[in-house]
Amino acid sequence: MNQERFLTKEKVLANRARQKRSQNTAFTLMYVAAAFAVIILLLIIGYIFTNGFKEISWEFLSSDIEDAGREGGIFPVIINTLYLVGLGLLFAAPISVLAAIYMTEYAKQGVLIKIIRFFTANLAGIPSIIFGLFGFMFFGKMLGWSWSLLSGSATIAVVIMPTLIRTSEEAIMTVPSGYKEGSLALGATKWQTMIKVVIPAASPGIINGLILGMGRIFGETAALYFTLGSGTGIANSLMDSARSLALHLYTLVREGISVGKAYATATVLIIIVLILNLIASAFGRRINRYKENI
Amino acid sequence: MNIAVKEQEAVQTNSIKVKVSNLDLFYGSFQALKGINMDVKENEVTALIGPSGCGKSTFLKCINRMNDLIVGCRVEGDILIDGTDIYKDGVDIAYLRKEVGMVFQKPNPFELSIFDNIAYGPRTHGLRDKKKLSVIVERSLRHAALWDEVKDRLHQSALGLSGGQQQRLCIARVLAVEPSVVLMDEPTSALDPISTGKIEELIAELKNDYTIIIVTHNMQQAARVSDRTAFFLLGDMIEMGETRQIFQLPRDKRTEDYITGRFG
Repeated sequence: MNQERFLTKEKVLANRARQKRSQNTAFTLMYVAAAFAVIILLLIIGYIFTNGFKEISWEFLSSDIEDAGREGGIFPVIINTLYLVGLGLLFAAPISVLAAIYMTEYAKQGVLIKIIRFFTANLAGIPSIIFGLFGFMFFGKMLGWSWSLLSGSATIAVVIMPTLIRTSEEAIMTVPSGYKEGSLALGATKWQTMIKVVIPAASPGIINGLILGMGRIFGETAALYFTLGSGTGIANSLMDSARSLALHLYTLVREGISVGKAYATATVLIIIVLILNLIASAFGRRINRYKENI
Repeated sequence: MNIAVKEQEAVQTNSIKVKVSNLDLFYGSFQALKGINMDVKENEVTALIGPSGCGKSTFLKCINRMNDLIVGCRVEGDILIDGTDIYKDGVDIAYLRKEVGMVFQKPNPFELSIFDNIAYGPRTHGLRDKKKLSVIVERSLRHAALWDEVKDRLHQSALGLSGGQQQRLCIARVLAVEPSVVLMDEPTSALDPISTGKIEELIAELKNDYTIIIVTHNMQQAARVSDRTAFFLLGDMIEMGETRQIFQLPRDKRTEDYITGRFG
């Protein structure tokens, strides 16, 4: 057949050259953007660390706040922050995972579920000061928990729940349907299948969500300002007022108490977040050891 | 001695294990199966063949009620297993699925160790005794001709096995819950020829102890492994008979056309 050929060698090669040029431009732009992001991050961390390490000593890490933070250390604040993170996750994680299981596997996929998804998606985007106000009115006033570790962790749990529900839902939905069918076909109930096969397979995604939630708790101030309070000692009970590192940092700068201590607090905050993230991802890998082909 | 002779006779007469009468299945308003009647005999391999979308997999999933998972799926008619109607009210689905195991098209081992994959079913049904579980794991893996290949790495991930090994693992996982019927939904379509050969040998071996119903797209496979073959077309079962008869002297023109490759 002697038909006209449209894709001659010259045309294809000319197009190749053109595509290559545009690919190179795109690559260059991507490298510049990535380098920019990394440099900014390093600059911020470097700036905070160089200013912060000057103030950090064993004494700073191990002693109580004195004179509203001008003197002394942040030991109670570190402990209270860990309490807050622990309690916040303790409240939020089980509810979120169960909600995600219900929404993906049990609920009839109709209008109601769509509405719930819409609201959870939107809740995740609401400024946290609104949650702070809600926590203050509901947990603080109505339930009478006042400014306390309980009020604060309940409020922060509400703040991170939309994100946890969303990430858990996504993690559950990406589990191959073959796992579920395989388990059900062996005579397992739906609940056994969820607990023993689906949730373990979804656990990396769920843990990833928990890490995001944890970071959110560390960084949160607005939602805690009205609820956790500003107690300076280690909380001895759930009803004690406390402050987190981020809140302490805010107070130090906002009230012009000590910029040096603020940098030191920021440094400690960054280091704790890094350590906990490393632990959480190591934990995630351990749970997930069967994923890799050993 | 007497009992042994009797058992032998039972095998030779091949009593009916699964009896399907007037089975209709609807997805919403679409009728996917039309008045299927079929007797599946004990300790035989029954092959279901037919072009894609003919309803053979759908039919297979009726026998362990996996179709219950599909929203809008409705089944009418009867399926009797050992004389009990499995669609009757009050039938325990978990027990039914323990008795009627299923092997899927794509090997689907769980993200667990080889041991835990096999022990999953027995544990699910309440067996906790470690010794008994080890006995079951070894027995099932031997039965699925996989033991020698994995006995030294029982506690490593099942996902590290090759596709063919994974499928034999899935067969072992089914055998571990001590079923009497094993359903196989195109169990070799994702495997290479050597693995396929091993699974086919295994099927021939397994029919001494189990009743096997296998869906296959591969007509040579149906001819090689099965005692009886049923031909499905557009939701109807066109014809069923001894495999040799279906392949050599099909009664229906459509069966002949399909087998000789004129469509499908």
